[in-house]
Amino acid sequence: MSSGTGAAAIPIQRSPWDSDPAELERIRQDFPILQRQVHGKPLVYLDNAATTQKPQSVIDAISRYYSLDNANVHRGVHYLSQAATEAYDTVRQKTGRFLNARFPSEVIFTRGTTDGINLVAQSYGRRLVPGDEILITEMEHHSNIIPWQLVAQQTGAVLRAAPMTDSGEIDLKEFEQLLGKQTRFVSLVHLSNALGTVNPVKEMIGLAHERGIPVLIDGAQSVPHLGVDVQDLDCDFLVFSGHKLYGPTGVGVLYGKESLLEKMPPYQGGGGMIDTVSIERSTWAPVPQKFEAGTPMIAEVIGLGAALDYVHALGLPSIAAWEHQLLTYATQELQQIPGLTLVGSASERASVLSFVLEGIHPHDVGTVLDQAGIAIRAGHHCAQPTMQHFRVSGTARASFGLYNTMLEVDELAAAVRGVAEMFI
Amino acid sequence: MATLDSLYQDLILDHNRRPRNYGALENANRQAAGDNPLCGDRLTVWLRVDGDKIEEVSFEGSGCAITRASASLMTTSVKGKTRQEAEALLDRFHRLVTGLLPPDEVQALGKLAAFQGVSQFPVRIKCATLSWHALKAALADVRTPVITE
Repeated sequence: MSSGTGAAAIPIQRSPWDSDPAELERIRQDFPILQRQVHGKPLVYLDNAATTQKPQSVIDAISRYYSLDNANVHRGVHYLSQAATEAYDTVRQKTGRFLNARFPSEVIFTRGTTDGINLVAQSYGRRLVPGDEILITEMEHHSNIIPWQLVAQQTGAVLRAAPMTDSGEIDLKEFEQLLGKQTRFVSLVHLSNALGTVNPVKEMIGLAHERGIPVLIDGAQSVPHLGVDVQDLDCDFLVFSGHKLYGPTGVGVLYGKESLLEKMPPYQGGGGMIDTVSIERSTWAPVPQKFEAGTPMIAEVIGLGAALDYVHALGLPSIAAWEHQLLTYATQELQQIPGLTLVGSASERASVLSFVLEGIHPHDVGTVLDQAGIAIRAGHHCAQPTMQHFRVSGTARASFGLYNTMLEVDELAAAVRGVAEMFI
Repeated sequence: MATLDSLYQDLILDHNRRPRNYGALENANRQAAGDNPLCGDRLTVWLRVDGDKIEEVSFEGSGCAITRASASLMTTSVKGKTRQEAEALLDRFHRLVTGLLPPDEVQALGKLAAFQGVSQFPVRIKCATLSWHALKAALADVRTPVITE
């Protein structure tokens, strides 16, 4: 499997802690929750695709903000308001550098990935007319399906989905054929949360751009586990969530090319997004404020900034390399268990391992593992069309983060083996 | 693993492996479907009712071990009972799995007492009760699927 589970976007290198358990243990000490027990067992947290745990530095940044610095942004002349505004905008710059955006103003803070996709669907999508087509894929998370269904219902546009193969890869020929004369927008998952497939999004973006079609990349999993360079990908939009990147819930990022954002109408109206207002009409603030109506999630943005610092210090290439090793080892160990089938066997995969045990429901797997202190996800992973493709109601999914250990993979494999013996 | 053993008792594991009264019932005159949308599970319960009496009962469908074993034991428990008796049993079973049945009434449930451990796993209560809700709907001749959420 060593050649088959690569993180495509990142050249594989060794992480500093892959041969030094003491270094990994030091990293684990940064995450207070990893010290706790569940059902009397040390927590083995393998649900990182759902949400990641938070390092102390993120928790402290939020606590410090509320304890010492709390004030509204972009409003006041007083000291705290200006300090809060500066801290908030600093995270915007930091996020821009993290993604390699051209300008900080291309970074819009949202509530999360879902919010970012809805923003683009409801703002950019307003220009769609009956007969226009939106193209997604069969392996999307519901958050990259439903917003497009809603805008299709509103505008008369048609939603199409590029199919995937039985290994869980997008059929690129079919994808290219579906890029038709009526296609006005493409929205693609980079790293599948249900299968772990890494899609060749750079190539897919290129195919869409040859036809003048803009592309949104769902980076909810790829930003934390692969790293994304928006200029290298040349995506038009990219969305991700803070809480899957070791940051707080309630904050996410929409990156958009300035030229597109400037032409888009506001998503929500309110304070902070205007230039001038009268009862009759109003004018909009420039990007990014145009898309940030109301008091934003200031503490969460500051927490996200601390998470970016944390991830940057370790280095995403190192994180990706370590998770690649975990995934490769877990794949090798789980495949030896009788009756276990991996769901999704794409040649490029990262951080996610989805499986079913013959004759055993994923929820039973999840319950038994939970009693051993092992947290995995069991179910459809908000990707029902993906499950339908593989003709399963759900899967059990282990997903890795920077702090997981090889020993935890051993514990997972032993517990799954126990499940197989218990139910057969 | 004491808690786990209390959930997955041998009787439950056995009925999960070899569900009784499984498959569509010939000559059924009532049927109802039960949906568990969160899990993506669905099962169907068939009845042959004569007057008020459940002459025959069967089920078919996908689900976790609790869902399947509960459906299997539901069929063996209500066969031959009247509608009123079956609904009274459903009521006691529901109180059992939600932890509301007085301890001295548990043993009277016979094999169904095996589901007592479900009360310690709140997210699994809907699994244990899915087939019973479908039974109730079939008895009432409800044609739309019942949903546990």
